[in-house]
This record gives sequence, C-alpha cells and structure tokens, in this order.
Amino acid sequence: MYEHNGDRYFIVDSHMHYWNAASENWVPGAEQYAKGWIECFYAYMGLGPPETHWPMEKFMKYSEDDLMKDVFEDGYVDVAVFQPTYLKEWYKEGFNTTERNATMGQRHPGKFIYNTRWDPRDGEEGLKQLRHNVETYGSKGVKLYTAEWRQDSRGWKLSDPEAYKYLEACQELGVVNIHVHKGPTIWPLDKDAFDHADIDHAATDFPDLNFIVEHAGIPRIDDFCYMATQEPNVYAGLSVVIGALMHARPNFFAKVMGELAFWVGEDKMTFGSDYAIWEPKWQIEGFVDWDYPDTEAFADYPRITTASKKKMLGLNAAKLYGIEVPAECRLPEDQGTPGASEDAELVSGA
Amino acid sequence: MILASAQDRVLAALEAVRDPELDEPITRLGFVSSCTVSAEGDVQVRLRLPTYFCAPNFAFLMVADAHDVVSALDGVRSAQIVLEEHFASEAINAGVASRAGFVRSFPGEAQDELHQLRSDFVRKAVLAGTDVVCRSLLAEGTEPSALSAMTLGEVPPSPDRERLRARRAELGLPVDDASPLVVDPATGDAVGVTDLPLYLRRAQSTRVGVEANTGICRGMLRHRYESAGLGEENR
Repeated sequence: MYEHNGDRYFIVDSHMHYWNAASENWVPGAEQYAKGWIECFYAYMGLGPPETHWPMEKFMKYSEDDLMKDVFEDGYVDVAVFQPTYLKEWYKEGFNTTERNATMGQRHPGKFIYNTRWDPRDGEEGLKQLRHNVETYGSKGVKLYTAEWRQDSRGWKLSDPEAYKYLEACQELGVVNIHVHKGPTIWPLDKDAFDHADIDHAATDFPDLNFIVEHAGIPRIDDFCYMATQEPNVYAGLSVVIGALMHARPNFFAKVMGELAFWVGEDKMTFGSDYAIWEPKWQIEGFVDWDYPDTEAFADYPRITTASKKKMLGLNAAKLYGIEVPAECRLPEDQGTPGASEDAELVSGA
Repeated sequence: MILASAQDRVLAALEAVRDPELDEPITRLGFVSSCTVSAEGDVQVRLRLPTYFCAPNFAFLMVADAHDVVSALDGVRSAQIVLEEHFASEAINAGVASRAGFVRSFPGEAQDELHQLRSDFVRKAVLAGTDVVCRSLLAEGTEPSALSAMTLGEVPPSPDRERLRARRAELGLPVDDASPLVVDPATGDAVGVTDLPLYLRRAQSTRVGVEANTGICRGMLRHRYESAGLGEENR
C-alpha cells in the first residue's frame, strides 16, 4: 500500500518478472539473441531516473531478495502478477518461466499471482501443459508473446485457428486474463508485427475473456486506442507507458495518458512496473504526484484524479484477478466501477 | 570528387531516407554512425538502430533506401550500406547489396515486398501531418467546422504544410492548392463536417503515437551509443 496526502492506494503490479539472463543460461549457438534481448531490456532501463539504474551484471540475474525488497519492501506493492516469457530457443531454462516464478513465489504466500503462457505452435502437447500449469499454479491469466521464435517460425497471431483452441481452453479453465505483448517479428515478416487486428478478432469472438494489451499497444498506441474503445473487454496495460515515458519524456507521457483516458477510460487501465526493467517505487511515487502540464494542449483530455490513480494502480487489476481490497483502500460507490467493461463504447463526435 | 564535400553530399542525400515508422530522416535520428568516400567514389555508410531487435522489415527499408539514394549520386562508383549490430544484419546487408528484395532476403519468412507496409505508414504520416497543420489553425482561431471546407492553398504557407503535401504526393493523393486540406488518407476524398471531429481525434492519436515512439527510440539509441550519429539532432 502507498499512502500519500492521507490517501491510501492499494497497489497491484500486474506485469512484472523474475528472469535469468545470465550467460550460463544462454543456448549455445543462440548466444547473440540471448545477449541482444537482455541488452535491449537494459536500454529500456536507461529511460528511468539515473539513480535507479543497475549494473548490467545484476540486471542479467537478480536475486529473490532483490525482488522482494524492490517490489514489496521499498516498492509499495501489495500483490504482484508474474508474467512469464519463455524464449527457450535462446535461454536454456527459459528466460522467465511459470515454474521459476512459482518456485520463488511459494516462499512468500499471498504476495504473488502466477500467470502462465501458451504458444499455439505447441499443439496438443501445449494444451496439456496449459492444463497442468493452471492446476498446479492456479493461474487466472496468461502472458502471450506473439513474436517468440520457435525453430524457423518468427511469430504467430491470436487469430490463428490453433490459437483459438487455446483461447477456448482458457475460457473453459477460467483463465480469463489474457495479457498480450507484441514484438518485432511475425509471420509473414513483411507485415507489421505490432498490428493489433488479431487481438481485435479474438476479443470479439471471446467476450468472456479480458484482453490486457501490454504497454498499451506501443508502438501502435493509435490503433490500440481505436480498437479498445470499441471492444469492452480490451484493457490497457500501463507497463512501459509509465516506465519509459514519465521520467524520460514527460510531455509525451502526459499526451499518451490523455489519449488512453479519453479512448480507453480510467476503469480499464492497469499499472505494471515491468520489473526488473524498472523498479515500482519511483513509478508509483511519480505517478501519484503527476498531473497534466497546465497548458492549453492538455485542456481537453479527461482529468486524472486521485480516484483515477487508485483504480489504475490497483483497483482495476484487483477486480480482474479477484483480489480482496482492504476497506480503507476502496473507493466510494459514486466514483465509478474499477475494472468495469461497460463504460467502453465507440466515441463519436468527440 | 573532393573528399570532404563528397561526404557532405552523401549525408545530404541520406536526409531523404526516413524511418518509415517515425517519419524522420535517419540522419537526424542519429542512425548514421559513419560515412566514408574513397577517391574513386566508393562509398560506405554504416547505420545503427536503437535496439538489436528493431523490426527487420522497417530496418530493411532504411538500408535499401539508403543504398538507392547513395547509388544515384553523381560520381559514386559503388555504394555499400552496412547495418550494424542488428539480429538480421547479415540478411539485410547481403539482400540489399545484391538487390534481392525482401522476400528473397528472408527466404521462407516473407510473402511480399514491403510496398504495402510503407504505404500504411505514409498514411499515418498524412494523418499526423494533418493534425499538425489543423492544430495550429485552430490555435489561431479557425472554427473547427471551417476546416472541412478549407483547401491546402488557404493554409498559410509553412514547412508543416509542405511536409503534408509531400506525404500526400507519395500516396498519389491530391496535392494542388485547390485540393481539400482534410482528406481520407486511404481514398483522398474530402472529409465532411460530420466525420471531421472523429477524424481529427484519430489524427491526434496518431501524432501522439508517432511522437511517443520517436521519444522512446531516441532515448534507447542514446543509451545504446555514447557518441552522436552524423547529422543527429536533439541528442
């Protein structure tokens, strides 16, 4: 919980990681990709405040103690959602697997939610694994990375028929929160890998699942906003939005938040620190203190109030994941419904 | 060819090569790490990107475009464009050097060349550019409803207006002074008063998206490379 000016914020970090990118974990022959991936993450860290930067060695493999201190002790987080990224083509044990997260998390009861993942290219075997993971770890969500490499394939789409089999399984198993993360590659490679049309299709066809698009669709935030405003079950994950922009590009951060508040709405935006790319502490403190610059350019955007911030920092995700919120952190009923999908409708004549 | 000015000429030519997503010249973005010209007119340009995993299709377009503009210069005997430190450097550099096209450079991974991808992003540039022009008109007191009836020629001359005109030209959209200021980037049709508010709202989102992406890419590049690129701005 974060307390500021007498207000209490229940914090759900809905997008964070416990990875191992140490060189011992690199797959022989794929070292350049394993190294390139973690270096790319490291450059993102550079967009946060300098005093929060880590040495590369720690960034590649941080400890359980580091995570518990940064996220819970110093970082105000009440509940954190582990989002796995496997990348087994490049990392021997995987970059950040459900198993690794759970093995660590089980030593800290009540602190973590274990999302798992699937990849439609894994076929029947993958479906079995999904069922096993849901049973073992109680997963209520998955993290999907559409640009993951698998043998000769450079990615997949949510609208692929094979992906629909997994979405059906998610529906059946009560895995309702589908976090989607787009990356730089796709099949075929001549298409825009960051395009969201496949999420749009899947969200329409699976109205009972929630699609949380991480980093709010950046680098296609315009397309994301226009889709999210039309699909009640599409949410904006704020990972990267706060981490990459609030400190480094405050003016663009304000515009991006304004666009999201306008098109998607404060009930459908969820905080995620993207730890260990960025620590949650400075993101939460900075965001609670944040307001639009006081200029004409921002006058038309919906206001982001203390109540809006409480929703984005925790109440919305608590709703999605069924997390009990302490009475002192809840909002009065007249301040909207956190996590509500009903508010979203096509904006016309705005 | 005198060497110093030869390098300047190459850099000036590279100003015409844009990052398709960011709609900015690769020089100003800091993507040109070096440029050498031999006495015989052999040019080597080395390019760099914000990350090792930048999307390979956009990277290919920049390398190919750089190859085209440099090769077209008078006095250039050969042009070699080298993309550095990218996961697909080898495929892209070899593919561009042999003029293989995208599909043959990535065998089995691509179905088409990149014309469609490029036009999709020029359309975004038209939307963002329309927002830039319209926003300054609105700030100066033009009524929002009046924008629908305005022509390009009625907009006070500015670099922003000419940039918008140039992007429209690339798509084959109307560009003469009598053509409407606000057009659908897919069809070139004028946007009527009813559709205008939503159109402008979307144009603004597109512009915010491009600007935010540019901010992130510049920040990542600065973190990745200590020294400025040739012609880099706003480092």
